[in-house]
Parts: sequence; C-alpha cells; structure tokens
Amino acid sequence: MGEDAESPKINHTFLRDYVTEADVISTVEFNQTGDLLATGDKGGRVVIFQRETESKGELEEVGETGDSGEYNVYSTFQSHEPDFDYLKSLEIEEKINKIRWLPQQNAAHFLLSTNDKTIKLWKVSERDKRPEGYNLKDEEGRFKDVSTITSLQVPVLKPTDLMVEVRPRRVFSNGHTYHVNSISVNSDGETYLSADDLRINMWHLGITDRSFNIVDIKPANMEDLTEVITASEFHPHHCHLFVYSSSKGTLRLCDMRASALCDKHTKLFEEPEDPGSRSFFSEIISSVSDVKFSHSGRYLLTRDYLTAKVWDLNMDKGPVETYQVHDYLRSKLCSLYENDCIFDKFECAWNGSDSVIMTGAYNNFFRMFDRNTKRDVTLEASRESSKPRAVLKPRRVCAAGGKRRKDDISVDSLDFTKKILHTAWHPNENIIAIAATNNLYIFQDRVNPETQ
Amino acid sequence: MEVSAEAKRIMVVALGKLYSSRTQRGGLRLHRSLLLTLVMKSARDLYHEAQATAESVAPGYELQQHAAAEVTTEPHVELQGPASPTAGQPRTLPREEVGGPPTELDNKENMCPSGPAQHSRKRRGKAAVEPDFLPCKKAKLEQANCGPQLIVNSVLLDYVNCGSELGAPPPPLPLQRAIAAC
Repeated sequence: MGEDAESPKINHTFLRDYVTEADVISTVEFNQTGDLLATGDKGGRVVIFQRETESKGELEEVGETGDSGEYNVYSTFQSHEPDFDYLKSLEIEEKINKIRWLPQQNAAHFLLSTNDKTIKLWKVSERDKRPEGYNLKDEEGRFKDVSTITSLQVPVLKPTDLMVEVRPRRVFSNGHTYHVNSISVNSDGETYLSADDLRINMWHLGITDRSFNIVDIKPANMEDLTEVITASEFHPHHCHLFVYSSSKGTLRLCDMRASALCDKHTKLFEEPEDPGSRSFFSEIISSVSDVKFSHSGRYLLTRDYLTAKVWDLNMDKGPVETYQVHDYLRSKLCSLYENDCIFDKFECAWNGSDSVIMTGAYNNFFRMFDRNTKRDVTLEASRESSKPRAVLKPRRVCAAGGKRRKDDISVDSLDFTKKILHTAWHPNENIIAIAATNNLYIFQDRVNPETQ
Repeated sequence: MEVSAEAKRIMVVALGKLYSSRTQRGGLRLHRSLLLTLVMKSARDLYHEAQATAESVAPGYELQQHAAAEVTTEPHVELQGPASPTAGQPRTLPREEVGGPPTELDNKENMCPSGPAQHSRKRRGKAAVEPDFLPCKKAKLEQANCGPQLIVNSVLLDYVNCGSELGAPPPPLPLQRAIAAC
C-alpha cells in the first residue's frame, strides 16, 4: 500500500515552531463526496479544505479520470467561543469535539459542530456573483441624489471573486448536563443524535428548543455509577438503529421502534474478559474510545486503548476480528497511567470499501490493517518523512533491547506527546487525513487511487 | 510486597489526578473520574488482598504486619484533604522500604497478586463492602475510616451537584446523604 505525501503547501500552513494549545486539532471529517474536509481545533475554530479539480487538459494528457487534486483552505470560521455556566460556576471549553457533515441537498453545504455543551448547524455557501447597476446606489454603495437619476436600469449579476460565506443556522443548546462526546446525522436526513456521558438526545435539524432523550443511563444514586457512554452513531442506512459504546467495553445496539426510551438495548455486544490478563488498569484499557459503523452497515469498528476490533452486527458474543495496535505498551501501562496517556481517546476509521481499517498511535504513528490480506502497516506522519511525492516508509517498533533493524524504533524511544488521535478516510478514494497535534497531513495513494 | 507498594502508589496518583481535575478547564470529566475511581478501587482491593495473603502466609513477619496495619490507616489520614497525598508520601516511603524494594520486571507492576484469596472476591460495585478482616463498615464510617472510598464518592457527588440545575457546590457531607437529583 504505497502512498505519496501531499504537497508541503498544506503542511506549511500549519507549521509553527511552538504549539499553542488552541491550535491542536481535535476532530477531522470528510464530507460525503470527499471534496470537503473539515477540521476543528481546541480554540473553537473550524477550517474547511476543498479538493481542487485538475483542469481538463491535464486529465486528458495523463489519461486519468476524476479528481486527483490537492486540498486547499476553503474557509475558516470561529464555531464556538469559550463560555461560562454561571449557575454551576463552570467554564465551558470551546474545543470542537466533533464535526459531522449533512448530506448535500443544494448548492450550500451544511455541517454540525459541537463542543462540550452546544451543537451548532453551519451553512457554508459560495458567492461568486454580485449584482451591479443599482438605481439608487452608486458603485460604492452610497445613496445617489435622486434628482440625478434620469433613467431606470435593471441590475445584473456580474461574476466576482469567489467568496465563501459561513453562517450559523441553528444553535442547539441546553440539551446536555454532561460533556457531549458524539454527534451523528441520521440517514433520514432530518434528525441527528448527540451523546454525553450519561444521555443520548435526538434532535430535529429544524428544531432547537427541544430534543428527545432516547438513552439515559444515569443511576438514581450516582454512587452506583459503573459505566458511561463514550461514543454513539446512527446506522448508515437504517434510520431506527443506533449504537453506543461504554467505558466498560460494551456496545449496545438500540432500535428506536421498540420504545421511546432505548435504555433497554436490542443487542449487547460484549467480549468476555480474559481473567489471565487482569491488571490494575483493565477497566481503563477496555473503555471504548470510538465506534464506527462500516459503510455497508454490517460491521462495527471499535477502538480501545490497545486494540481495534471489528464486530459483526449478527454476532454479539464477541468481535470477529481483533487487531493489536500497539501491544508493546501492555507492559508500560503504569507509566502511561502516571503520565495520563492511558486516558487518550483514539479514533478509528474504515476505508470506503470496508476492507481496511485505520487508527492512530503514539510517536505520530498511525496503523492500517487490511482485513482481507491480514497485512498491517505502521506509518509516520512527520515533516521529515513527508516530502512531496515521497513514498511513506513503513515503520516498526521493536521491544526495548530487542533485535533492531535499521530505522526501527525502540519502545522506550517513543514520543508519547506526539499522538494521532484523529484520522479520517475519504469515502471513495485512498486519501487519508491525519491530525498530528497541530498539523494536518493529507496522504494520497497515487498507485491505487480508488478504494478496492 | 511490591504489589502493595504499587497499589498504594496507584491509589495516591489517582487521588492526585482526581483533585487536580477539579481545577481543570471545562470542569470535572465524568468518564475520567469514573476510570480513576475504578483504578483506585482495583488497587485498594488488590492491596488488601496482598495484605491478607502476607498476613496469612507469613505470620512471623511482624515488622511487615506492623507496617501493613499502619499503612492501612495511612491512607485515611493522608487522603482527607487535597494537599495531603503529597504530604503523606514522605511518611509512607519508609514503610515501603520496610516492605522491600520492587525488584521484578516491568510486567509485574501490572499483575495481580497470585496468592490465594482467603475469601472469594467478586467484582464489587461502587458502594463496596469492606473485606472481613477489616473493622466492619459501620464502625469504619463512624471512625471516618473509609479511606479512599469516602473521598472518591465525594468527588463524584461533587461532580453531580456541579452538573445539576440546582447548582451550588456541596458542603462537606457524610457519605450516606442523598444526592440532589439532576
């Protein structure tokens, strides 16, 4: 799976000698066509990239069809501001936790972005024409003296430089007591869900002053709390199905046709714990940090601290595939607990054909697992290894003191401050977006551009 | 013995993290607090198991027993206030030395004590019953002797109250007081 590095033009936009907290990317998401890529950061900003279409002349020469262009900045806007809950004396972070695109219905694009408490619907539209030839106003917009007007003219639309306008269309607030960790747009195109630690709400995209609570796992006595909701997603095709993951490592599939409140799951996916591998940190590392339906809707992909697992919706006894992401960390859990890394929440992603899964790791490494060939690869997102047109070199982590090949890196040399938590895969092609702290890397496979 | 020392260290670190998370931007994170609580409970249970094993297997090691008994009371004192985990640490260090320095491989730090438990120990819920060899729960509560559990649940209560529409940070409450519903 050779891949080319994206032009450094993109990377240079984000290159800085220091990392300010606000610039750390906190979410990455392609839209349904893959032409737009949105990133959110800790400072509450959203940056949208658009894929450039190559000119027809070039395409004919090369014999390629379709786009294979670069991604350039399309629009930037401040989505959320720092807020303060005066009643509870709590600061509300502006960090964007998740972005989800709505399916495109007209010329404009819509996306949902959320911080810990508030979800917003943004409309992204282009303006490339402006009316000219007003009767009452001159070119600068100043009102004309009426007595100087001798004739009537019809204003015409003239092309201008492209302007991208982003406006907030809806603000969905006061729906959550706890911190929102997920949003997911329903396939019905009208509703979406938002999940916090203990509750999941369903909203209508057009209604902001109320939502339906569909899951509530808050115990009557908080002392009895044993698990929280960590992620949630609607089924890609069935508008009545959604899944949510818990800190205990379980998945619950819920059918909204069964009852209004889906506290009782339709299916519970759980892998029995291996008593031999029990440790102080078993609960922490079994907590699911991300759950994603496959594009087909048949499988679920989950990520916990050390593994990525594929589950078949038809089988709830356990995952059908388990991939070790960085098992060499299993003996380092105590140190990772002390430096807080054990609480890191890694995301995971499917490729367009559901044949490959991807997830991030430490040292700016990210991993891909081919489900069919069972081959896996470790790649690095770094400036040194990402020269334009360069092929990414597979990396290998070896045990401390073990046999080392050239270019291998020892477990003890891993940089745990460089973590890839957020990754995204283009819906149709082999293009991936990797967020490495404050840098965004976009890699394209020029050899096999189409997902197989 | 290194398991006991490890368990104690984990408990102390967990408490430090719980307290520092109170001042974090964005407020207490319920998920993180829950995981820390679970780790602390795991560590505490395994610590008590290790102590019970040590006591039953080697009754002659009076010095270690003495250390164990004193260490059991240690956490209650050192965990009462936010500053005390660090204050308590210098006092616990000599006891760790008494117990013997950890000599095992890295992996050992993650492993549960292999000695047979005196009683079958199922996974417990948050409001756990204390092991039999310790004073009974009622007595422990009256002596304010619950140690980590008391503080842990206070932290979660605190979070809940911060999260409720009724607002207002809670005054210090005994554990049995009901929480205002959110």
